[in-house]
Amino acid sequence: MDKWKDNKAWFLVLPVFILVAFSAIIPLMTVVNYSLQDIFGPGQRVFVGTEWFQEVLSDKRLHDALWRQFLFSGLVLLIEMPLGILIALMMPKKGWAASVSLVLIALPLLIPWNVIGTIWIIFTRPDIGLFGAAINSLGTAFDHTARSSDAWITLMLMEVWHWTPLVVLLAYAGLRAIPEAYFQAAKIDGASTWATFWYIQLPKMRGVLTIALLLRFMDSFLIYAEPFVLTGGGPGNATTFLSIYLVKIAVGQFDLGPAAAFSLVYFLIILLFSWLFYQVLQNVGKGEKA
Amino acid sequence: MKKRTVFFIIYMILLMLPIYWMLNMSLRTNADILGSFSLYPKNITFANYMKIFTDSSWYNGYINSIIYVTLNTMISLVAALPAAYAFSRYNFIGDKHLFFWLLTNRMAPAAVFLLPFFQLYSTFGLIDTHIAVAMAHCLFNVPLAVWILEGFMSAVPREIDETAFIDGYKFPRFFLTIFVPLIRSGIGVTAFFCFMFSWVELLLARTLTTTDAKPIAATMTRTVSATGLDWGLLAAAGILTIVPGALVIWFVRNNLAKGFAMGRV
Repeated sequence: MDKWKDNKAWFLVLPVFILVAFSAIIPLMTVVNYSLQDIFGPGQRVFVGTEWFQEVLSDKRLHDALWRQFLFSGLVLLIEMPLGILIALMMPKKGWAASVSLVLIALPLLIPWNVIGTIWIIFTRPDIGLFGAAINSLGTAFDHTARSSDAWITLMLMEVWHWTPLVVLLAYAGLRAIPEAYFQAAKIDGASTWATFWYIQLPKMRGVLTIALLLRFMDSFLIYAEPFVLTGGGPGNATTFLSIYLVKIAVGQFDLGPAAAFSLVYFLIILLFSWLFYQVLQNVGKGEKA
Repeated sequence: MKKRTVFFIIYMILLMLPIYWMLNMSLRTNADILGSFSLYPKNITFANYMKIFTDSSWYNGYINSIIYVTLNTMISLVAALPAAYAFSRYNFIGDKHLFFWLLTNRMAPAAVFLLPFFQLYSTFGLIDTHIAVAMAHCLFNVPLAVWILEGFMSAVPREIDETAFIDGYKFPRFFLTIFVPLIRSGIGVTAFFCFMFSWVELLLARTLTTTDAKPIAATMTRTVSATGLDWGLLAAAGILTIVPGALVIWFVRNNLAKGFAMGRV
Protein backbone atom coordinates (compact mmCIF):
# COMPACT_ATOMS: atom_id res chain seq x y z
CA MET A 1 0.00 0.00 0.00
CA ASP A 2 1.31 3.44 -0.89
CA LYS A 3 1.98 5.95 1.81
CA TRP A 4 0.00 9.16 2.05
CA LYS A 5 1.62 12.06 0.21
CA ASP A 6 1.75 15.07 2.47
CA ASN A 7 4.60 17.51 2.96
CA LYS A 8 3.06 18.66 6.23
CA ALA A 9 4.64 15.51 7.70
CA TRP A 10 7.79 17.62 7.88
CA PHE A 11 6.32 19.25 10.99
CA LEU A 12 6.43 15.88 12.72
CA VAL A 13 10.04 15.38 11.74
CA LEU A 14 11.15 18.91 12.56
CA PRO A 15 11.92 18.38 16.29
CA VAL A 16 14.20 15.46 15.46
CA PHE A 17 15.83 17.41 12.66
CA ILE A 18 16.56 20.40 14.91
CA LEU A 19 17.75 18.26 17.81
CA VAL A 20 20.17 16.25 15.70
CA ALA A 21 21.30 19.11 13.50
CA PHE A 22 22.13 21.21 16.58
CA SER A 23 24.77 18.69 17.61
CA ALA A 24 25.75 17.54 14.13
CA ILE A 25 26.10 20.37 11.68
CA ILE A 26 28.21 22.96 13.50
CA PRO A 27 30.85 20.44 14.70
CA LEU A 28 30.96 18.91 11.22
CA MET A 29 31.50 22.30 9.58
CA THR A 30 34.19 23.11 12.16
CA VAL A 31 36.04 19.92 11.32
CA VAL A 32 35.77 20.67 7.59
CA ASN A 33 37.19 24.09 8.43
CA TYR A 34 40.14 22.58 10.33
CA SER A 35 40.85 20.20 7.49
CA LEU A 36 41.46 23.05 5.06
CA GLN A 37 43.66 25.23 7.26
CA ASP A 38 46.95 25.18 9.09
CA ILE A 39 46.30 26.43 12.60
CA PHE A 40 49.22 27.88 14.57
CA GLY A 41 47.22 29.41 17.37
CA PRO A 42 44.20 31.58 18.05
CA GLY A 43 43.70 33.86 15.08
CA GLN A 44 46.72 32.54 13.23
CA ARG A 45 45.65 30.25 10.45
CA VAL A 46 46.52 29.73 6.83
CA PHE A 47 44.27 28.27 4.18
CA VAL A 48 46.01 25.22 2.73
CA GLY A 49 43.35 23.78 0.44
CA THR A 50 43.56 20.03 -0.01
CA GLU A 51 47.13 19.71 1.27
CA TRP A 52 46.11 17.81 4.43
CA PHE A 53 43.97 15.45 2.42
CA GLN A 54 46.89 14.66 0.11
CA GLU A 55 49.18 14.15 3.07
CA VAL A 56 46.69 11.86 4.80
CA LEU A 57 45.84 9.84 1.72
CA SER A 58 49.51 9.09 1.01
CA ASP A 59 50.28 8.13 4.61
CA LYS A 60 51.64 4.59 4.56
CA ARG A 61 50.78 3.94 8.21
CA LEU A 62 47.22 5.07 7.60
CA HIS A 63 46.90 2.57 4.76
CA ASP A 64 48.10 -0.19 7.09
CA ALA A 65 45.62 0.86 9.75
CA LEU A 66 42.87 0.96 7.14
CA TRP A 67 43.50 -2.62 5.96
CA ARG A 68 43.70 -3.76 9.56
CA GLN A 69 40.37 -2.05 10.15
CA PHE A 70 38.74 -3.74 7.15
CA LEU A 71 40.04 -7.10 8.31
CA PHE A 72 38.76 -6.49 11.82
CA SER A 73 35.29 -5.30 10.79
CA GLY A 74 35.04 -8.05 8.19
CA LEU A 75 35.81 -10.72 10.77
CA VAL A 76 33.42 -9.11 13.23
CA LEU A 77 30.55 -9.25 10.75
CA LEU A 78 31.40 -12.75 9.52
CA ILE A 79 31.49 -14.15 13.05
CA GLU A 80 28.89 -12.12 14.91
CA MET A 81 26.04 -12.10 12.42
CA PRO A 82 25.75 -15.91 11.91
CA LEU A 83 26.56 -16.61 15.55
CA GLY A 84 23.98 -14.10 16.75
CA ILE A 85 21.28 -15.57 14.50
CA LEU A 86 22.19 -19.09 15.62
CA ILE A 87 21.99 -18.21 19.32
CA ALA A 88 18.68 -16.41 18.76
CA LEU A 89 17.29 -19.56 17.10
CA MET A 90 18.41 -21.67 20.05
CA MET A 91 17.07 -19.37 22.76
CA PRO A 92 14.12 -20.49 24.89
CA LYS A 93 10.92 -19.04 23.45
CA LYS A 94 8.88 -18.42 26.58
CA GLY A 95 8.65 -18.77 30.32
CA TRP A 96 11.19 -17.88 32.97
CA ALA A 97 14.05 -19.36 30.93
CA ALA A 98 13.41 -16.83 28.15
CA SER A 99 13.32 -13.92 30.63
CA VAL A 100 16.46 -14.97 32.42
CA SER A 101 18.46 -15.61 29.25
CA LEU A 102 17.38 -12.25 27.80
CA VAL A 103 18.63 -10.38 30.84
CA LEU A 104 21.88 -12.36 31.03
CA ILE A 105 22.61 -11.94 27.33
CA ALA A 106 22.21 -8.17 27.62
CA LEU A 107 24.74 -7.86 30.46
CA PRO A 108 27.94 -7.46 28.39
CA LEU A 109 26.30 -4.62 26.46
CA LEU A 110 25.79 -2.60 29.63
CA ILE A 111 29.41 -2.33 30.72
CA PRO A 112 31.16 0.97 29.81
CA TRP A 113 33.65 0.40 27.00
CA ASN A 114 36.78 1.36 28.87
CA VAL A 115 35.78 -1.03 31.65
CA ILE A 116 35.38 -3.85 29.09
CA GLY A 117 39.03 -3.44 28.13
CA THR A 118 40.12 -3.39 31.76
CA ILE A 119 38.19 -6.54 32.65
CA TRP A 120 39.80 -8.36 29.74
CA ILE A 121 43.27 -7.23 30.79
CA ILE A 122 42.91 -9.12 34.02
CA PHE A 123 40.77 -11.92 32.55
CA THR A 124 43.61 -12.78 30.14
CA ARG A 125 46.51 -12.35 32.57
CA PRO A 126 48.35 -15.68 32.75
CA ASP A 127 48.96 -15.46 36.50
CA ILE A 128 45.66 -14.24 37.95
CA GLY A 129 43.17 -14.27 35.07
CA LEU A 130 40.80 -17.14 34.36
CA PHE A 131 41.23 -17.17 30.57
CA GLY A 132 44.98 -16.55 30.70
CA ALA A 133 45.53 -19.26 33.28
CA ALA A 134 43.32 -21.75 31.43
CA ILE A 135 44.99 -21.31 28.06
CA ASN A 136 48.48 -21.39 29.54
CA SER A 137 47.73 -24.60 31.39
CA LEU A 138 47.18 -26.14 27.95
CA GLY A 139 50.87 -25.67 27.36
CA THR A 140 50.94 -22.66 25.01
CA ALA A 141 52.61 -19.48 26.14
CA PHE A 142 49.72 -17.17 25.34
CA ASP A 143 50.54 -13.49 25.73
CA HIS A 144 48.55 -10.76 24.03
CA THR A 145 51.12 -8.10 24.92
CA ALA A 146 53.97 -9.85 23.12
CA ARG A 147 52.63 -11.71 20.09
CA SER A 148 50.43 -9.99 17.54
CA SER A 149 48.46 -13.13 16.69
CA ASP A 150 47.61 -13.53 20.36
CA ALA A 151 46.60 -9.88 20.55
CA TRP A 152 44.25 -10.37 17.61
CA ILE A 153 42.73 -13.53 19.08
CA THR A 154 42.15 -11.79 22.41
CA LEU A 155 40.61 -8.75 20.73
CA MET A 156 38.32 -10.85 18.55
CA LEU A 157 37.20 -12.92 21.54
CA MET A 158 36.49 -9.76 23.49
CA GLU A 159 34.66 -8.18 20.59
CA VAL A 160 32.56 -11.30 19.92
CA TRP A 161 31.81 -11.66 23.62
CA HIS A 162 30.87 -8.00 23.94
CA TRP A 163 28.75 -7.42 20.83
CA THR A 164 27.21 -10.71 19.67
CA PRO A 165 24.46 -10.12 22.28
CA LEU A 166 23.31 -7.09 20.28
CA VAL A 167 22.76 -9.27 17.20
CA VAL A 168 21.09 -11.93 19.38
CA LEU A 169 18.65 -9.45 20.92
CA LEU A 170 17.65 -7.97 17.57
CA ALA A 171 17.42 -11.34 15.79
CA TYR A 172 15.43 -12.81 18.70
CA ALA A 173 13.01 -9.90 18.53
CA GLY A 174 12.63 -10.42 14.79
CA LEU A 175 11.99 -14.15 15.21
CA ARG A 176 9.30 -13.62 17.83
CA ALA A 177 7.50 -11.33 15.41
CA ILE A 178 6.83 -14.09 12.88
CA PRO A 179 3.20 -15.26 13.16
CA GLU A 180 2.78 -18.89 14.23
CA ALA A 181 0.68 -19.58 11.11
CA TYR A 182 3.79 -19.50 8.92
CA PHE A 183 5.37 -22.36 10.85
CA GLN A 184 2.19 -24.42 10.78
CA ALA A 185 1.97 -23.99 7.02
CA ALA A 186 5.61 -25.01 6.66
CA LYS A 187 4.98 -28.07 8.81
CA ILE A 188 2.01 -29.15 6.71
CA ASP A 189 4.14 -28.78 3.58
CA GLY A 190 6.76 -30.96 5.24
CA ALA A 191 9.46 -28.29 5.00
CA SER A 192 12.81 -29.13 6.55
CA THR A 193 14.28 -27.05 9.38
CA TRP A 194 16.72 -25.57 6.91
CA ALA A 195 13.98 -24.68 4.39
CA THR A 196 11.91 -23.09 7.15
CA PHE A 197 14.90 -21.01 8.15
CA TRP A 198 15.88 -20.01 4.63
CA TYR A 199 12.43 -19.25 3.20
CA ILE A 200 10.52 -18.03 6.27
CA GLN A 201 12.67 -16.95 9.20
CA LEU A 202 15.56 -15.28 7.38
CA PRO A 203 13.44 -13.14 5.01
CA LYS A 204 11.20 -12.11 7.91
CA MET A 205 14.26 -10.98 9.84
CA ARG A 206 15.44 -8.67 7.06
CA GLY A 207 14.54 -5.49 8.95
CA VAL A 208 16.19 -6.38 12.25
CA LEU A 209 19.23 -7.85 10.56
CA THR A 210 19.69 -4.68 8.48
CA ILE A 211 19.85 -2.60 11.64
CA ALA A 212 22.07 -5.16 13.40
CA LEU A 213 24.50 -5.28 10.48
CA LEU A 214 24.69 -1.51 10.08
CA LEU A 215 25.20 -0.97 13.81
CA ARG A 216 27.86 -3.66 14.02
CA PHE A 217 29.66 -2.34 10.95
CA MET A 218 29.68 1.26 12.15
CA ASP A 219 30.62 0.54 15.73
CA SER A 220 33.32 -1.99 14.91
CA PHE A 221 34.82 0.36 12.33
CA LEU A 222 34.91 3.11 14.96
CA ILE A 223 36.18 0.87 17.77
CA TYR A 224 38.51 2.73 20.09
CA ALA A 225 38.25 2.31 23.86
CA GLU A 226 38.40 -1.48 24.09
CA PRO A 227 41.57 -2.14 22.03
CA PHE A 228 43.17 1.04 23.35
CA VAL A 229 42.78 -0.15 26.92
CA LEU A 230 43.58 -3.80 26.23
CA THR A 231 46.53 -3.61 23.83
CA GLY A 232 47.20 0.10 23.34
CA GLY A 233 47.45 -0.63 19.62
CA GLY A 234 50.34 -3.04 20.08
CA PRO A 235 52.37 -5.12 20.09
CA GLY A 236 54.13 -2.84 17.63
CA ASN A 237 51.30 -1.55 15.49
CA ALA A 238 49.55 -4.91 15.20
CA THR A 239 46.24 -3.69 16.60
CA THR A 240 46.50 0.01 15.74
CA PHE A 241 43.07 0.51 14.21
CA LEU A 242 42.01 3.67 12.42
CA SER A 243 40.62 5.45 15.46
CA ILE A 244 43.68 4.65 17.58
CA TYR A 245 45.94 6.07 14.86
CA LEU A 246 43.64 9.06 14.54
CA VAL A 247 43.90 9.85 18.24
CA LYS A 248 47.69 9.56 17.98
CA ILE A 249 47.68 12.29 15.34
CA ALA A 250 45.00 14.48 16.90
CA VAL A 251 46.01 14.33 20.54
CA GLY A 252 49.53 12.93 20.54
CA GLN A 253 50.97 15.19 17.86
CA PHE A 254 48.21 17.80 18.03
CA ASP A 255 48.09 18.04 14.23
CA LEU A 256 44.54 19.30 13.98
CA GLY A 257 44.59 19.81 10.20
CA PRO A 258 45.64 16.32 9.12
CA ALA A 259 43.56 14.77 11.91
CA ALA A 260 40.47 16.61 10.65
CA ALA A 261 41.14 15.58 7.06
CA PHE A 262 41.64 12.01 8.30
CA SER A 263 38.34 12.14 10.22
CA LEU A 264 36.44 13.23 7.13
CA VAL A 265 37.95 10.49 4.97
CA TYR A 266 37.20 8.00 7.75
CA PHE A 267 33.60 9.23 7.96
CA LEU A 268 33.15 8.98 4.18
CA ILE A 269 34.41 5.39 4.11
CA ILE A 270 31.87 4.36 6.76
CA LEU A 271 29.14 6.30 4.98
CA LEU A 272 29.91 4.64 1.65
CA PHE A 273 29.92 1.10 3.02
CA SER A 274 26.84 1.62 5.19
CA TRP A 275 25.00 2.95 2.15
CA LEU A 276 26.05 -0.06 0.09
CA PHE A 277 24.99 -2.50 2.82
CA TYR A 278 21.71 -0.68 3.21
CA GLN A 279 20.95 -0.72 -0.52
CA VAL A 280 21.86 -4.39 -0.89
CA LEU A 281 19.84 -5.47 2.14
CA GLN A 282 16.84 -3.42 1.03
CA ASN A 283 16.78 -5.13 -2.34
CA VAL A 284 18.08 -8.64 -1.76
CA GLY A 285 15.44 -11.27 -2.36
CA LYS A 286 12.86 -8.65 -3.36
CA GLY A 287 12.15 -10.47 -6.62
CA GLU A 288 11.45 -13.75 -4.87
CA LYS A 289 8.17 -14.65 -3.34
CA ALA A 290 9.42 -14.86 0.22
CA MET B 1 18.31 -32.84 26.41
CA LYS B 2 18.22 -31.52 22.89
CA LYS B 3 21.46 -30.62 21.13
CA ARG B 4 20.46 -26.97 20.68
CA THR B 5 19.77 -26.62 24.40
CA VAL B 6 23.23 -27.95 25.19
CA PHE B 7 24.86 -25.50 22.77
CA PHE B 8 22.85 -22.65 24.19
CA ILE B 9 23.83 -23.46 27.76
CA ILE B 10 27.51 -23.66 26.76
CA TYR B 11 27.23 -20.25 25.11
CA MET B 12 25.60 -18.78 28.20
CA ILE B 13 28.35 -20.14 30.43
CA LEU B 14 31.08 -18.70 28.20
CA LEU B 15 29.22 -15.40 28.09
CA MET B 16 29.04 -15.22 31.87
CA LEU B 17 32.69 -16.13 32.55
CA PRO B 18 34.22 -12.63 32.24
CA ILE B 19 31.38 -11.20 34.30
CA TYR B 20 31.82 -13.93 36.90
CA TRP B 21 35.51 -13.08 37.03
CA MET B 22 34.68 -9.45 37.66
CA LEU B 23 32.26 -10.47 40.45
CA ASN B 24 34.93 -12.74 41.90
CA MET B 25 37.47 -9.89 41.97
CA SER B 26 34.99 -7.41 43.40
CA LEU B 27 34.64 -9.54 46.52
CA ARG B 28 38.39 -9.73 47.22
CA THR B 29 41.00 -7.24 48.37
CA ASN B 30 43.51 -5.95 45.87
CA ALA B 31 46.40 -7.73 47.59
CA ASP B 32 44.45 -10.99 47.49
CA ILE B 33 43.68 -10.60 43.75
CA LEU B 34 47.29 -9.92 42.82
CA GLY B 35 48.65 -12.45 45.29
CA SER B 36 47.09 -15.66 44.08
CA PHE B 37 44.93 -17.25 41.41
CA SER B 38 41.61 -18.34 42.84
CA LEU B 39 38.49 -19.61 41.14
CA TYR B 40 36.25 -18.19 43.83
CA PRO B 41 36.73 -15.61 46.62
CA LYS B 42 38.04 -17.44 49.68
CA ASN B 43 37.73 -14.53 52.10
CA ILE B 44 34.72 -12.59 50.94
CA THR B 45 34.96 -8.86 51.64
CA PHE B 46 32.47 -6.15 50.84
CA ALA B 47 35.01 -3.40 51.48
CA ASN B 48 35.12 -2.42 47.78
CA TYR B 49 31.37 -1.96 47.64
CA MET B 50 31.33 -0.11 50.95
CA LYS B 51 33.87 2.37 49.62
CA ILE B 52 31.71 3.12 46.58
CA PHE B 53 28.55 3.54 48.64
CA THR B 54 30.14 5.78 51.24
CA ASP B 55 32.47 7.96 49.13
CA SER B 56 30.46 10.74 47.48
CA SER B 57 32.93 11.16 44.62
CA TRP B 58 32.12 7.54 43.73
CA TYR B 59 28.37 7.33 44.14
CA ASN B 60 27.83 10.74 42.56
CA GLY B 61 29.24 9.24 39.37
CA TYR B 62 26.35 6.78 39.32
CA ILE B 63 23.81 9.47 40.12
CA ASN B 64 25.15 11.71 37.34
CA SER B 65 25.10 8.90 34.80
CA ILE B 66 21.58 7.86 35.74
CA ILE B 67 20.33 11.47 35.47
CA TYR B 68 21.70 12.19 32.00
CA VAL B 69 20.90 8.74 30.65
CA THR B 70 17.27 9.04 31.82
CA LEU B 71 17.03 12.55 30.39
CA ASN B 72 18.48 11.36 27.10
CA THR B 73 16.13 8.37 26.87
CA MET B 74 13.11 10.59 27.48
CA ILE B 75 14.17 13.29 25.01
CA SER B 76 15.01 10.67 22.37
CA LEU B 77 11.64 8.95 22.71
CA VAL B 78 9.55 12.13 22.75
CA ALA B 79 11.30 13.52 19.68
CA ALA B 80 11.48 10.25 17.80
CA LEU B 81 7.84 9.17 18.20
CA PRO B 82 6.23 11.75 15.88
CA ALA B 83 9.14 11.58 13.45
CA ALA B 84 8.93 7.81 13.20
CA TYR B 85 5.18 8.15 12.59
CA ALA B 86 5.86 10.57 9.73
CA PHE B 87 8.40 8.21 8.15
CA SER B 88 6.12 5.20 8.47
CA ARG B 89 2.93 6.88 7.16
CA TYR B 90 3.83 9.68 4.79
CA ASN B 91 5.74 10.43 1.63
CA PHE B 92 7.25 13.88 1.83
CA ILE B 93 10.04 15.80 0.16
CA GLY B 94 13.41 14.34 1.07
CA ASP B 95 12.00 11.61 3.30
CA LYS B 96 14.34 8.82 2.20
CA HIS B 97 17.43 11.01 2.32
CA LEU B 98 16.51 12.39 5.70
CA PHE B 99 15.95 8.88 7.04
CA PHE B 100 19.42 7.74 6.03
CA TRP B 101 21.03 11.07 6.99
CA LEU B 102 19.83 10.49 10.55
CA LEU B 103 21.87 7.32 10.73
CA THR B 104 24.99 8.99 9.31
CA ASN B 105 25.28 10.86 12.60
CA ARG B 106 26.48 7.64 14.18
CA MET B 107 29.35 7.37 11.71
CA ALA B 108 31.74 10.15 12.69
CA PRO B 109 34.93 9.21 14.56
CA ALA B 110 34.71 11.04 17.88
CA ALA B 111 38.32 12.10 18.46
CA VAL B 112 38.45 15.26 16.33
CA PHE B 113 34.79 16.13 16.85
CA LEU B 114 35.29 16.46 20.60
CA LEU B 115 36.89 19.90 20.36
CA PRO B 116 34.12 21.55 18.31
CA PHE B 117 31.59 19.83 20.55
CA PHE B 118 33.21 21.39 23.58
CA GLN B 119 33.23 24.81 21.91
CA LEU B 120 29.61 24.53 20.85
CA TYR B 121 28.34 23.57 24.28
CA SER B 122 30.59 26.20 25.94
CA THR B 123 28.99 28.86 23.78
CA PHE B 124 25.63 27.93 25.23
CA GLY B 125 27.07 27.72 28.76
CA LEU B 126 26.11 24.08 29.05
CA ILE B 127 29.45 22.55 30.03
CA ASP B 128 29.29 20.30 33.10
CA THR B 129 25.51 20.02 33.07
CA HIS B 130 23.49 16.85 32.72
CA ILE B 131 21.43 18.30 29.92
CA ALA B 132 24.57 18.85 27.81
CA VAL B 133 25.46 15.17 27.86
CA ALA B 134 21.83 14.20 27.31
CA MET B 135 21.66 16.50 24.27
CA ALA B 136 24.98 15.29 22.86
CA HIS B 137 23.93 11.67 23.16
CA CYS B 138 20.81 12.47 21.14
CA LEU B 139 23.15 12.60 18.19
CA PHE B 140 23.38 8.82 18.08
CA ASN B 141 20.27 7.81 20.06
CA VAL B 142 17.58 9.81 18.27
CA PRO B 143 18.42 8.29 14.86
CA LEU B 144 18.41 4.80 16.35
CA ALA B 145 15.09 5.47 18.10
CA VAL B 146 13.54 6.71 14.85
CA TRP B 147 14.77 3.64 12.96
CA ILE B 148 13.50 1.14 15.51
CA LEU B 149 10.15 2.86 16.11
CA GLU B 150 9.51 3.28 12.40
CA GLY B 151 9.66 -0.50 12.03
CA PHE B 152 7.13 -1.04 14.80
CA MET B 153 4.79 1.61 13.45
CA SER B 154 4.91 0.30 9.90
CA ALA B 155 3.63 -3.01 11.24
CA VAL B 156 0.43 -1.36 12.57
CA PRO B 157 -2.23 -1.48 9.84
CA ARG B 158 -3.10 1.93 8.48
CA GLU B 159 -6.82 1.17 8.66
CA ILE B 160 -6.58 1.94 12.37
CA ASP B 161 -5.47 5.52 11.62
CA GLU B 162 -8.08 5.96 8.90
CA THR B 163 -10.93 4.69 11.07
CA ALA B 164 -9.91 6.97 13.92
CA PHE B 165 -9.74 10.03 11.65
CA ILE B 166 -13.18 9.22 10.18
CA ASP B 167 -14.50 8.93 13.74
CA GLY B 168 -13.40 12.52 14.22
CA TYR B 169 -10.22 12.13 16.20
CA LYS B 170 -7.72 14.98 15.88
CA PHE B 171 -4.16 13.88 15.33
CA PRO B 172 -2.69 14.62 18.80
CA ARG B 173 -5.50 12.82 20.62
CA PHE B 174 -5.41 9.85 18.23
CA PHE B 175 -1.65 9.62 18.54
CA LEU B 176 -1.52 9.74 22.32
CA THR B 177 -4.60 7.71 23.24
CA ILE B 178 -4.75 5.12 20.46
CA PHE B 179 -1.49 4.84 18.57
CA VAL B 180 1.14 5.09 21.31
CA PRO B 181 -0.49 2.35 23.44
CA LEU B 182 -0.50 0.11 20.35
CA ILE B 183 3.28 0.28 20.03
CA ARG B 184 4.04 0.09 23.77
CA SER B 185 6.38 -2.82 23.26
CA GLY B 186 8.36 -0.96 20.62
CA ILE B 187 8.75 1.95 22.98
CA GLY B 188 10.08 -0.39 25.67
CA VAL B 189 12.66 -1.89 23.35
CA THR B 190 13.72 1.51 22.03
CA ALA B 191 14.08 2.78 25.59
CA PHE B 192 16.41 -0.08 26.38
CA PHE B 193 18.67 0.60 23.38
CA CYS B 194 18.79 4.35 24.09
CA PHE B 195 19.56 3.66 27.73
CA MET B 196 22.29 1.23 26.84
CA PHE B 197 24.14 3.33 24.24
CA SER B 198 24.00 6.44 26.43
CA TRP B 199 25.12 4.48 29.50
CA VAL B 200 28.29 3.06 27.96
CA GLU B 201 29.41 6.14 25.99
CA LEU B 202 32.45 7.75 27.54
CA LEU B 203 34.27 10.17 25.21
CA LEU B 204 31.51 12.75 24.76
CA ALA B 205 30.30 12.45 28.34
CA ARG B 206 33.80 12.99 29.68
CA THR B 207 34.55 15.90 27.35
CA LEU B 208 31.41 17.82 28.28
CA THR B 209 31.70 17.42 32.04
CA THR B 210 34.23 18.30 34.74
CA THR B 211 32.85 17.60 38.22
CA ASP B 212 29.15 18.25 38.68
CA ALA B 213 27.95 15.91 35.97
CA LYS B 214 30.92 13.55 35.71
CA PRO B 215 29.84 10.07 34.57
CA ILE B 216 30.69 6.89 36.42
CA ALA B 217 32.81 5.53 33.57
CA ALA B 218 35.09 8.55 33.93
CA THR B 219 35.18 8.21 37.70
CA MET B 220 36.37 4.65 37.26
CA THR B 221 39.57 5.75 35.55
CA ARG B 222 40.56 7.11 38.97
CA THR B 223 41.31 3.60 40.19
CA VAL B 224 44.61 3.92 38.33
CA SER B 225 47.21 5.29 40.72
CA ALA B 226 50.98 5.36 41.00
CA THR B 227 50.94 1.93 42.62
CA GLY B 228 48.92 0.42 39.78
CA LEU B 229 45.25 -0.39 39.45
CA ASP B 230 43.01 -1.11 42.38
CA TRP B 231 41.44 -4.11 40.69
CA GLY B 232 39.00 -4.96 43.45
CA LEU B 233 37.52 -1.49 43.55
CA LEU B 234 37.36 -1.31 39.76
CA ALA B 235 35.62 -4.68 39.57
CA ALA B 236 33.08 -3.68 42.22
CA ALA B 237 32.36 -0.45 40.32
CA GLY B 238 32.06 -2.48 37.11
CA ILE B 239 29.52 -4.84 38.65
CA LEU B 240 27.50 -1.85 39.84
CA THR B 241 27.49 -0.32 36.33
CA ILE B 242 25.58 -3.38 35.10
CA VAL B 243 22.78 -3.13 37.66
CA PRO B 244 20.70 -0.18 36.32
CA GLY B 245 20.68 -1.53 32.75
CA ALA B 246 19.83 -5.01 33.96
CA LEU B 247 16.79 -3.54 35.74
CA VAL B 248 15.73 -1.76 32.55
CA ILE B 249 15.90 -4.89 30.46
CA TRP B 250 14.06 -6.84 33.17
CA PHE B 251 11.17 -4.40 32.78
CA VAL B 252 11.10 -4.61 28.98
CA ARG B 253 11.80 -8.36 28.74
CA ASN B 254 8.19 -9.24 28.00
CA ASN B 255 8.06 -6.65 25.25
CA LEU B 256 11.11 -8.21 23.67
CA ALA B 257 9.79 -11.71 24.10
CA LYS B 258 6.19 -11.46 22.95
CA GLY B 259 5.11 -7.87 22.34
CA PHE B 260 7.22 -7.99 19.23
CA ALA B 261 4.36 -9.81 17.55
CA MET B 262 3.93 -6.74 15.36
CA GLY B 263 7.34 -5.25 14.83
CA ARG B 264 10.07 -5.79 12.33
CA VAL B 265 12.16 -3.54 14.62
